[in-house]
Amino acid sequence: MIAVPALEYRDVSVRRGGTAIVDGVSLVIPAGSFVALTGASGAGKTTLLRLANRMVRADSGSVLGFGTDVADGEAADLRRGIGYASQGVGLFPHWTVAENIAAVPWLLRHAPQRRAARVAELLDLVELPRGFADRYPRQLSGGQASRVGLARALAAAPRLLLLDEPFGALDPETRVSLADKVAGLHADHGLTTLMVTHDLADALTRVERVIVCDAGRIVADGTPADLVASDHPAVRALVAAPLEQAEKLAALRRPDRAG
Amino acid sequence: MGPEIGERWLRAIAMLPDRLAAHLGVAAAAIGLAILVSVPTVMLLVARPRLRAGVLAGAAVIQTVPALALLALFYPLLLAIGGITQRVAGFGVPALGLLPSLLALALYALLPLVRGGADGLASVPAETLDAADGIGMTRRQRLVHVELPLAAPIVMGGLRVAAVWTIGAATLATTVGQKSLGDLIFAGLQIEDWALVVTGCLAAAFLAIIVDMALWRVETGLAERAWGKCLLGLGLLVALVTGVVGWYAAEQAPQAAGQRPVVIGAKSFSEQYILAELIAERLRAQGIPVTIRSGLGSVIAFRALAAGDIDVYVDYTGTLWDNALGNKVPAPRRLMLQSLRAELPRRFKVEIAASLGFENAYALAMRRADADRLGIDTLADLATAAPRLALASDTEFQSRLEWRALQAAYGLKFRRLTSYTPTLMVRALTSGEADVMTAFSSDGRIAADNLKLLTDPRGALPAYDAVLLIGPRRPDLKAKLAGLEGKIPVEAMREANWQVDRDDNKRTTQQAAAWLAARTR
Repeated sequence: MIAVPALEYRDVSVRRGGTAIVDGVSLVIPAGSFVALTGASGAGKTTLLRLANRMVRADSGSVLGFGTDVADGEAADLRRGIGYASQGVGLFPHWTVAENIAAVPWLLRHAPQRRAARVAELLDLVELPRGFADRYPRQLSGGQASRVGLARALAAAPRLLLLDEPFGALDPETRVSLADKVAGLHADHGLTTLMVTHDLADALTRVERVIVCDAGRIVADGTPADLVASDHPAVRALVAAPLEQAEKLAALRRPDRAG
Repeated sequence: MGPEIGERWLRAIAMLPDRLAAHLGVAAAAIGLAILVSVPTVMLLVARPRLRAGVLAGAAVIQTVPALALLALFYPLLLAIGGITQRVAGFGVPALGLLPSLLALALYALLPLVRGGADGLASVPAETLDAADGIGMTRRQRLVHVELPLAAPIVMGGLRVAAVWTIGAATLATTVGQKSLGDLIFAGLQIEDWALVVTGCLAAAFLAIIVDMALWRVETGLAERAWGKCLLGLGLLVALVTGVVGWYAAEQAPQAAGQRPVVIGAKSFSEQYILAELIAERLRAQGIPVTIRSGLGSVIAFRALAAGDIDVYVDYTGTLWDNALGNKVPAPRRLMLQSLRAELPRRFKVEIAASLGFENAYALAMRRADADRLGIDTLADLATAAPRLALASDTEFQSRLEWRALQAAYGLKFRRLTSYTPTLMVRALTSGEADVMTAFSSDGRIAADNLKLLTDPRGALPAYDAVLLIGPRRPDLKAKLAGLEGKIPVEAMREANWQVDRDDNKRTTQQAAAWLAARTR
């Protein structure tokens, strides 16, 4: 028996005012994989991600989640079954950390005690003190808020996790520690994780598969090693940028420039 | 003077309870109506953001119309609508009182409410909305649990502004015949009874502060999610409105159960207040329940009578000749009265019950000593002396037909023409700054300041005989008030006006009316 893929895109297109943001994309993401979606701004990577939980609807083609067309049924029901965290985090400012984390279980009408237990569990998981439960988002640092956002995405134990630039606004140190955290959670919980990132270091060092978008199409799809070897101009440009940065940094370390 | 001043305050305070209740009732109803209208409007703006600029501009335009004018405009509008519904559906629409006040005040409250709602919802950050959608909230859940709570401070800010404005503007409802705290303010301003003005203003301000504080409780309660605080604020508001309005309704119930009381109208000057009290006393003595709607605009009063919103009031032939019959050229006194007696019943079902015996006409007055010294008795005498004299007029005289008529009939040319507010005009004459002033013939100051009114031998000035008008709903009043025919000589009316207008030993309008009534028996 062939396992049902977590996500399958079948010739999907999304158009906005005459231009195709996603242009006839077909893609299979097997259950359990950790995939990075990358590309320049406007390449269509976020739209591709948002098709998976119907935050964006396909103008043609279809998207299947675990074998079911996402267009069937209520969008809200679909989304409650999928973990979602985005760059802005978007914690509800008038809700406590505990209420934010338990948002989906609350929508699913889980009992208060069950929710409280889950909140404690998740605070441990994202390595925040349990005392944070009663804080409000305004009392958190950027990194802490991102952890709460991650905990909220995982609260109802989804099989699929969608992350849209989840650490985009954080300082490098926090980014690295959170990226490691996500990679660990992915492995420990048997998740299928789809992560949009423009940071190639994230993409190349932690995931097993990288998909590069350009102008609404997929221009590269493979392991990090495949990507570095690709000669597609958009992929080369993407890989060139961090390499140039690394060279500039290296140049700064030369003795004649120090001081 | 001490006990007398205390008595004025007591009387002002005695007027408070039912005005306060009516005021709160009309303001609360107007805000409620405005909320009912603004909720779907805000929802529409959320769904169709393109409409936002247009809708807010529309609400802002309403806001630029002075509240007084907005209220006044609703009167003819409702009258017209009432005419249509009468023809089409067989029932009219009340054009005076609660309905125009409610509609105008509600329109006025729309801008802060719609703007508060739209701005409040627009202030919710995009990433918060994205997260709400992303975790699987329905549109309704997103609205109730995310958008409204986050918009609440701005929405509540708009509501507080609307509430304070409406409570302030509701004082103007008096001008379209709705009982409100404005009754005290308008009457007090006219008869220079500062106890009335201050009491009315303080009561309105106090009401606005209480309501604002209660809403502030609700606002901070929402922000802190302290539901107890919210409920306290809301409870205070509900208790205030239901308590006061309920008391008022209970108070009014016995009246409503029986026959509708006769509604006596009065325009906004001392003589009108006094005559309304005089009529009220006369009808009460015959066992007829009455209420007084004072402070009516001059044009509104006649229309209100014709429409049956008021039942009786005093107007002046010259005014009716122009306002009611639409004549632009004055006619001799007798002809004017005759045509009014014939035309008013035919065209408006309005009857003249009595011609009271005095007139309140435009006239020119001089200091008696000067007039006697110069030998001036008539306007014709004045014409020869005028080039050496200065005229003090009220602010509208020089643009009125009367002034043109005087110039045409007597060729009056003064050394100087200056316009003043009424109080300053009298002061200009008594201080010698001016030699002649415009006056109203029943003004109490004429006798008190020893002024001489100049006669009009060529009949250039139209007659303004005071007549008692009866509206179509209560034709029976004609017989009950006919006894006033010719009973009030101008000297008596002047004295009664003076009792109310003067600064020393000032009387209330009721006291002046009682004094006048004693002279009409």
